[in-house]
Amino acid sequence: MSKGLPETRTDAAMSELVPEPRPKPAVPMKPVSINSNLLGYIGIDTIIEQMRKKTMKTGFDFNIMVVGQSGLGKSTLVNTLFKSQVSRKASSWNREEKIPKTVEIKAIGHVIEEGGVKMKLTVIDTPGFGDQINNENCWEPIEKYINEQYEKFLKEEVNIARKKRIPDTRVHCCLYFISPTGHSLRPLDLEFMKHLSKVVNIIPVIAKADTMTLEEKSEFKQRVRKELEVNGIEFYPQKEFDEDLEDKTENDKIRQESMPFAVVGSDKEYQVNGKRVLGRKTPWGIIEVENLNHCEFALLRDFVIRTHLQDLKEVTHNIHYETYRAKRLNDNGGLPPVSVDTEESHDSNP
Amino acid sequence: TASRAMDKEYVGFAALPNQLHRKSVKKGFDFTLMVAGESGLGKSTLINSLFLTNLYEDRQLPEASARLTQTLTIERRGVEIEEGGIKVKLTLVDTPGFGDSLDCSDCWLPVVHFIEEQFEQYLRDESGLNRKNIQDSRVHCCLYFISPFGRGLRPLDVAFLRAVHQKVNIIPVIGKADALMPNETQALKQKIRDQLKEEEINIYQFPDCDSDEDEDFKRQDAEMKESIPFAVVGSCEVVRAGGIRPVRGRRYSWGTVEVENPHHCDFLNLRRMLVQTHLQDLKEVTHDLLYEGYRARCLQSLARPGARDRASRSKLSRQSATEIPLPMLPLAETEKLIREKDEELRRMQEMLEKMQAQMQQSQAQGEQSDAL
Repeated sequence: MSKGLPETRTDAAMSELVPEPRPKPAVPMKPVSINSNLLGYIGIDTIIEQMRKKTMKTGFDFNIMVVGQSGLGKSTLVNTLFKSQVSRKASSWNREEKIPKTVEIKAIGHVIEEGGVKMKLTVIDTPGFGDQINNENCWEPIEKYINEQYEKFLKEEVNIARKKRIPDTRVHCCLYFISPTGHSLRPLDLEFMKHLSKVVNIIPVIAKADTMTLEEKSEFKQRVRKELEVNGIEFYPQKEFDEDLEDKTENDKIRQESMPFAVVGSDKEYQVNGKRVLGRKTPWGIIEVENLNHCEFALLRDFVIRTHLQDLKEVTHNIHYETYRAKRLNDNGGLPPVSVDTEESHDSNP
Repeated sequence: TASRAMDKEYVGFAALPNQLHRKSVKKGFDFTLMVAGESGLGKSTLINSLFLTNLYEDRQLPEASARLTQTLTIERRGVEIEEGGIKVKLTLVDTPGFGDSLDCSDCWLPVVHFIEEQFEQYLRDESGLNRKNIQDSRVHCCLYFISPFGRGLRPLDVAFLRAVHQKVNIIPVIGKADALMPNETQALKQKIRDQLKEEEINIYQFPDCDSDEDEDFKRQDAEMKESIPFAVVGSCEVVRAGGIRPVRGRRYSWGTVEVENPHHCDFLNLRRMLVQTHLQDLKEVTHDLLYEGYRARCLQSLARPGARDRASRSKLSRQSATEIPLPMLPLAETEKLIREKDEELRRMQEMLEKMQAQMQQSQAQGEQSDAL
């Protein structure tokens, strides 16, 4: 779904912006069916560059939620992912942090800049999840929060005088932290992912993976993948949303071999072979977070940030949000919710 | 040790410890160890490492969906271990399913009932007529596994410990301790100790060593006590660490954890304190403190207004205890017991008659046989 492509400019205008007659594209493109060389250069391949410039000006939103029992290193991992203190660690041993009695939702926003690109990152933490004696339905506050963000967006969208850029607080990605028991998924993991995989992109990760040997890791992953499959849970990237063969091949490999990523997080640096690396220092060795022989943090990082960031947003918008929207409008008799102020609006004339 | 007195003043009971030792070596040694904690904390591996067995070979781990509604079960496994002429009959009690369900409320009750049932059985046996071969199935120690991934005791840990701490010796351990860096281990241990104090949970107190032990031993003993809860790692795989001699450990890409290396984990401490030095004390505390507490509570509850006159607290003797049906037993059980005791009585009477006849025969020799 593409919105608002700028119109094709004339050659004259193009030559003002671009010094060379035939600029090289910044990103390798899919092959075009028409050989534009024969007819003369049009210049639509520069759309990439234009979009890049626009994005750099406006920046973009990314909202990532972390879910899992306390102590699984959620905050540390997010901080490691974005190389900054974007998530407040509740694990400072000195503080008297009591486990909350119900699941809380805490959203903290930061602006991160890299290479001129501004990202407004929001990390949504869910303390209290899975920590009680009775954890039945503990995912409900999370589901509610996610739907509330869809509702917010919907209300903005159907507004007559709507904002130019609707603030996007929808959860683009939910990292679910699996405890490295080495046995199988816990019943709570299954229940959460069953309920939530239909409303949000779930990326399961195996937390604190430095307690598993290579064999244990591989066996555990296989068992987890099988359990997810048997229970009909589709984690991101979902098979049904692969756009083409290229996507499918790439994603199949990730789905069937790499995921769930077995990760280790750290905010401390140590000296290894003359380099300073992020890691964990134990009496029997130093675990390097970004060393692929040690754990799959780098794979997770590349996946979420370097290759699938935009896709995560698009699937959220085009699939999850659309599903929510359709259901809401359907419940409303095909009409948009009337007032911005009321929660539920029911028309007298359906 | 006191210096020996002169020969003519030497009575000889300094040899008593040796006699006891020989008797127990002959008799063998029973010990029941319970292992509890949520699944996936390395409990089975640790037990196998501690006792160098493979007790869990036949174990089937259920999948997550099956565990959703699984209730806690109690499993017993027995193993006989012989070392240096000493036979130990070790019974391991497992609690699979603990902490699995979505709703774990009251999931510790089956464990509490199990522990109390063993006390009850012992109480019955002790009050019975044939007390020569009482089987002691009481739980002498509970190794409780705490997750290294949490931030101390979780609500479920606290609830479980509070439910059992006055009924069984608790030794808390941190499982899969190779998940932690040294400073994290220290912080977690301190947090757990603080929480135990705050929640007023009694754990097994390793007794102080004798004042006449040497300084080294005392220091070692103090260090061991300070390392509670023990941060343990288990393994039954033998690996070559640094290519020297093979050790039991876990091999990672960044190094190898050695189970028996005191710089890596507290496995040796646990083994030393649990198996090598305090097995007997654990049994004694179970008997003298925990069981007696149970017994007193049980018998006191009979002394409510309306109960029989004979059941007064101070006057309760061992004999009269047998005539009062124990409150926990269902009626059918009581009747069965009465029948069994009747049978025993009859057999005893027969034997007595036989013995009386024998006595009359051998009266001239002046021998006496022990009355049963």
